[in-house]
Amino acid sequence: MSLAKRIIPCLDVDNGRVVKGVNFVNIRDAGDPVEIAKRYDREGADEITFLDITASSDNRATMVHVVEQVANSVFIPLTVGGGIRSLEDISRMLNAGADKVGINTAAVFTPEFVHEAALRFGSQCIVVAIDAKKVSSPQEPDRWEIFTHGGRKKTGLDAVLWAQKMVDLGAGEILLTSMDRDGTREGFDLPLTRAISDSVSVPVIASGGVGNLEHLVKGVTEGKADAVLAASIFHFGDYSIKQAKQCMADNDIVVRL
Amino acid sequence: MPSVAVIDYGMGNLHSISKALQYAEPDVNIFLTSDADTILAADRIVFPGVGGIRDCIQALEKHHLKTVINEVATTKPFLGICLGMQALLSNSEENEGIDCLNIIPGRVRRFSKNMTDSHGDKLKIPHMGWNKVNQENKNHPLWKKIPQHSRFYFVHSYYVNPDDPHVNAATTDYPEAFSCALKYKNIFAVQFHPEKSQTVGIQLLQNFLHWDGTN
Repeated sequence: MSLAKRIIPCLDVDNGRVVKGVNFVNIRDAGDPVEIAKRYDREGADEITFLDITASSDNRATMVHVVEQVANSVFIPLTVGGGIRSLEDISRMLNAGADKVGINTAAVFTPEFVHEAALRFGSQCIVVAIDAKKVSSPQEPDRWEIFTHGGRKKTGLDAVLWAQKMVDLGAGEILLTSMDRDGTREGFDLPLTRAISDSVSVPVIASGGVGNLEHLVKGVTEGKADAVLAASIFHFGDYSIKQAKQCMADNDIVVRL
Repeated sequence: MPSVAVIDYGMGNLHSISKALQYAEPDVNIFLTSDADTILAADRIVFPGVGGIRDCIQALEKHHLKTVINEVATTKPFLGICLGMQALLSNSEENEGIDCLNIIPGRVRRFSKNMTDSHGDKLKIPHMGWNKVNQENKNHPLWKKIPQHSRFYFVHSYYVNPDDPHVNAATTDYPEAFSCALKYKNIFAVQFHPEKSQTVGIQLLQNFLHWDGTN
């Protein structure tokens, strides 16, 4: 098979600045998302995702500006997530140069929004972000539910059924984050990733928990993810995108080198 | 200064393609336009598009662009991208069957469900990501300085199947080979997104901006 599995670095942006500590050499401003995006592009990132964690709407205009600046010189797909709640929000990001938007909480509260967005802009630019947490006890078969508010609020929605519903409504891709693993550096929740990937027709991006390159490999080989997303291992300079790709290639995964 | 009309008929975001064209060739005037006179006056034409084919054809009718596209598609260097490529064929299976512009004879078909790769893993639809492009004729001006089997960025659920195999300019495997680029007189059309395909994509756009429309 010649379609490459994708590696997607994610930048958490707060009021126009990358928040997680970055330790790159040869970068003048480590908090500048534009410089970091250019760097990832040069290293061979297949796409770049920006997660806008800005709380106030005033500062969201800053994110639009960031996307505009990156889109002027980085010619790979760009996704923006965080705070996408209306068709106007989507339109603003696409006009700034984003290729896809990630819809998360708004999809949980108003599933119809995903349908409207896909009708208006096309499924190819609608990524539904799913935050899931295991709710089954060890003796039971695995079961995960959708959580909101950074994993604090339970919704009672079954993650597999929810993913299928989002695809039926027009999601072109699923960004799946394990809230049990996010920030732990223990690796993806592989049974969760596999359960979702096997049950939907669209590509699934695995996210949450990457601590080393082996985790990325397993996300694809065991989790059956179509793409893997990581933030801190790239930001902190533990590994470069190039090293990640080489490691995937060494494990017989097709990548764009 | 040479001019390029990027046809703007409301199908998708044209920011990326115009930025990429400008980056590929700073000395070119780019018009995002649905105005017939501007399109007819331009030196070359880019016909992009994402979304569904029914909406695409309806939008072309609404903007009275069908005749204009028919004219420029036979007279100037013309680049169709993604849905802008599919719209050039005779008809599409999408939306229960839609008549397209019928400039290049052939059909647009959907990838079949239940496709698997060589490991038996399910192949996802849309076909999304970076895939290898197998150039049929390496000497075509649009492939200049682009290594054989370079990866380009794709996102689509339908693919073109031209009647005349000689118009095929490149194929990609998913899992079977399909036409990912067509050459037809002064038209070059691609299923992938050169504006999202980094260095090789920019090179293809630069090649187009220097192309005289002959093969």
